[in-house]
Amino acid sequence: MTEQNEYPESGRVPTRVLGTPPADAPIVDTDPIRAPEGDPGVIPPDPVKARKAERLVALLFLITFLSGAGFIASYVIFQVGTIDKTAASNYALGGTLALALLSLAAGLVVWVRQIMPKYNLIQERHEMRSDDEARGYVKETFLQGAEESGFLKHGLLRRTLLLAAAPLGLAPLVLLKDLGPLPGTALRHTVWGEPTKDGKPRRLVVEGTGQPIRAADFNSPGGILSVVPEGYEEDLNVLAKATLILIKFRPEELKSGTNLNWTHDGIVAYSKICTHVGCPAALYEQTTHHILCPCHQSTFDAADGAKVVFGPAARPLPQLPIGIDEEGYLVAKSDFKVPVGPSFWERGDAEAEVREKAS
Amino acid sequence: MNAPPKAIAGVSTFVDDRIGAGNFLKRNMRKIFPDHWSFLLGEIALYSFIILLLTGTFLTFWFKPSMGEVTYTGNYAPLYGVKMSEAYASALHISFDVRGGLLIRQIHHWAALLFVGGMMVHMLRIFFTGAYRKPRELNWIIGILLLSLALFEGLTGYSLPDDLLSGAGLRITQGVLLAIPIVGTYLQFFLFGGEYPGHDVISRFYTIHILLIPGILLALISAHMILMWVQKHTQMPGKNRTEKNVVGAPFYPAFMIKSGAFFLFTFGVIALLGTFAQINPIWLFGPYTPADISAGSQPDFYMGFLEGALRIMPAWEINFLGHTLTLSVLIPALVPLGIIMTGLALYPFLEQWITGDRREHHVADRPRNNPHRTSIGMAGITFYGILWLLGANDEISANFYIDLYTTTWFGRIAIFVGPAIAYWITYRICIGLQRKDAEVLSHGVESGVIKRLPNGQYIEIHTPPAEDIAEHIRGKKEIPVLEGSEDGEGIPPKGARGPLGRLRTKMSRAYGTDHVPLTDGHHEVGHEEEHAGVGAGDRKELH
Repeated sequence: MTEQNEYPESGRVPTRVLGTPPADAPIVDTDPIRAPEGDPGVIPPDPVKARKAERLVALLFLITFLSGAGFIASYVIFQVGTIDKTAASNYALGGTLALALLSLAAGLVVWVRQIMPKYNLIQERHEMRSDDEARGYVKETFLQGAEESGFLKHGLLRRTLLLAAAPLGLAPLVLLKDLGPLPGTALRHTVWGEPTKDGKPRRLVVEGTGQPIRAADFNSPGGILSVVPEGYEEDLNVLAKATLILIKFRPEELKSGTNLNWTHDGIVAYSKICTHVGCPAALYEQTTHHILCPCHQSTFDAADGAKVVFGPAARPLPQLPIGIDEEGYLVAKSDFKVPVGPSFWERGDAEAEVREKAS
Repeated sequence: MNAPPKAIAGVSTFVDDRIGAGNFLKRNMRKIFPDHWSFLLGEIALYSFIILLLTGTFLTFWFKPSMGEVTYTGNYAPLYGVKMSEAYASALHISFDVRGGLLIRQIHHWAALLFVGGMMVHMLRIFFTGAYRKPRELNWIIGILLLSLALFEGLTGYSLPDDLLSGAGLRITQGVLLAIPIVGTYLQFFLFGGEYPGHDVISRFYTIHILLIPGILLALISAHMILMWVQKHTQMPGKNRTEKNVVGAPFYPAFMIKSGAFFLFTFGVIALLGTFAQINPIWLFGPYTPADISAGSQPDFYMGFLEGALRIMPAWEINFLGHTLTLSVLIPALVPLGIIMTGLALYPFLEQWITGDRREHHVADRPRNNPHRTSIGMAGITFYGILWLLGANDEISANFYIDLYTTTWFGRIAIFVGPAIAYWITYRICIGLQRKDAEVLSHGVESGVIKRLPNGQYIEIHTPPAEDIAEHIRGKKEIPVLEGSEDGEGIPPKGARGPLGRLRTKMSRAYGTDHVPLTDGHHEVGHEEEHAGVGAGDRKELH
């Protein structure tokens, strides 16, 4: 162990002689284990029960062997492919595996409980804290080491080291910059504002089929259609902002919240992307004209400018100005006037700005 | 057997000659582990983690974390020829074209649920028995970190298959990121490599899911185990059990084999679930597109409380100086998680501050014996549980024919009222159970023997409780109370002055005061009269 010396007068020589702890020095748990008084501590099992248990355990281990072999056999026998075949393979593999594991586990438990002795042994514990001598030694050594290293004495060293570490510490953060582009105004626009290659307004097409929609044919009051921009039917980044729902109303049903200039013959287009956290607001209740987002149940009144009637969304679904082209197909007259989808820090009150501009 | 077989002896000698392993084994082979069913809960989480590592490795052999578009040509006929991401196609490949692939995928998912669930019940056990107290606060905090990381690990995991359901989760993640003030938009663009959904998020989540977080989890779990080993396990109160010892069975051989068996049980049950309980049938959901969603989309259970918080939050958005603060997203995303995780992490220290108790504790409390702690815990469970339940309010509405908005309004009110009710009920139950304990000690237990006294009165004879039960009850410890009362000269002690000090003293008194002190059971002669169970003799009502 350590040998303590008196502090020498000079104070510059090491104040302690460091000893080497013996190899079997305690780290944890050196306490003897004892049985409680008046109790053997290790209680041998009942030999009759143990013999019975041995047969049971052997049986369980045998079951494990058989099911383990069955697992391997199942792998070879059951091929996958169709749904039914995959299901059969799954049941065979999983069933044999589970049986093998469970019977092995059961066997081990019976072994421990019936064949091994019961234990009631006591081991001492001690406070976790080191004794004062050890603490003092560590403290002294720490101070001595700090002194020896010169870290305290050489201020220039200390300051330049900190200085040196700063840019190195920042480097990993800087490296992460190229994870993505800066947002810019990307969240404010959708492709509905861009004309097609031949300079015409962009058509609304049915999601899935890609068919353009002739206004005269879309004549199903109460119906709802999921619509995507022509030319971007499979571009997920575009769909994440530009997907629409299209609803046809009888003229008398529309209320003041809906901008009639942006409708065509009772057909209204709203952004399908919920203004809460961006799920597609895909459910529609015909009788009440309510659009419901299935994620968090924000509810919008489609007849009244998709204003929020319930739920956590704070803003209406933006309305897209639509009209028809010379062939009678529905097109976007312009981009959304406000950013679609969930709110973001830089968004601001875009709706108020639009109102101001209009007045 | 007088000597170990040569194979073992040879290897042991070889190892010991080189690293001195014998010294370690000498100290630890017979380490004593106490026994109680509730000590196994954490092991469920531990073994689930091992199963997750094994099955996860298997899945990586086939999974392709790419958002590149491919046309599906695999064995699952309904999606043949459909364009989808390579990630989704490879997840389908694992499910239908790899033998055992579906089984391992389902085992992986079930093990993930059991991992988080196991951690939660383990944490509750620690909380309610006060096993987080000194010296185990560090391990408690490691546990909180593990639970938080596991939630994130789960989120990154179930986003990987890139099916319609997992995409809905990603979309919500994106919406929540956008709501963060000042940096939210940037965070979203950096995480997704640009606009949502982009082409990078699956491969990034993959690295986070299979390398970064599992690595940290592994390190923290190892630290958790080492600390448990060094500090020795807590034990339930009982005969011979004190703060200075640990009573139980030795690691080698009993505890070791029991643990091995428990691992196999856990694995076996998860294998059963993976075989017979279908989970996350991604082939039914179809490939992800941000334009579509299926009704009744639910996250995995451990994310349910966040989902519920988002659902019951009323609309609230503040615009100022051209900026938007989306409180209807920020509050539910941060506040419940913050209350629960921060509250849990700070609880050991708050309790120490209130009780002034700086002692080490190795004997676990029975929950009834610290009624305020137990009530706080139950209030927390109720808070969490209501949020969790409301995360499925559409399912509740559909299955129980309750109006959807009614469930939301119920949640909005219950989230405040529910925890208070739970607190009060739990407190009363704890006090009631303490009274029962005191009664068992002072009066004994009913023997079932009815005795007729000379005066015609019938009484039931009570006998003293069995020794182990009595010792278990007597293990009740007094909760220290801060000395806050004024001394003889009317001056409160230092630290109890000032409003905070007075509040502390007051809370300490409420927290620690024992309303049902135990009296030692002594069965006096003639004591029986008090236990008259049947027909008091002095009631002579003749008809």
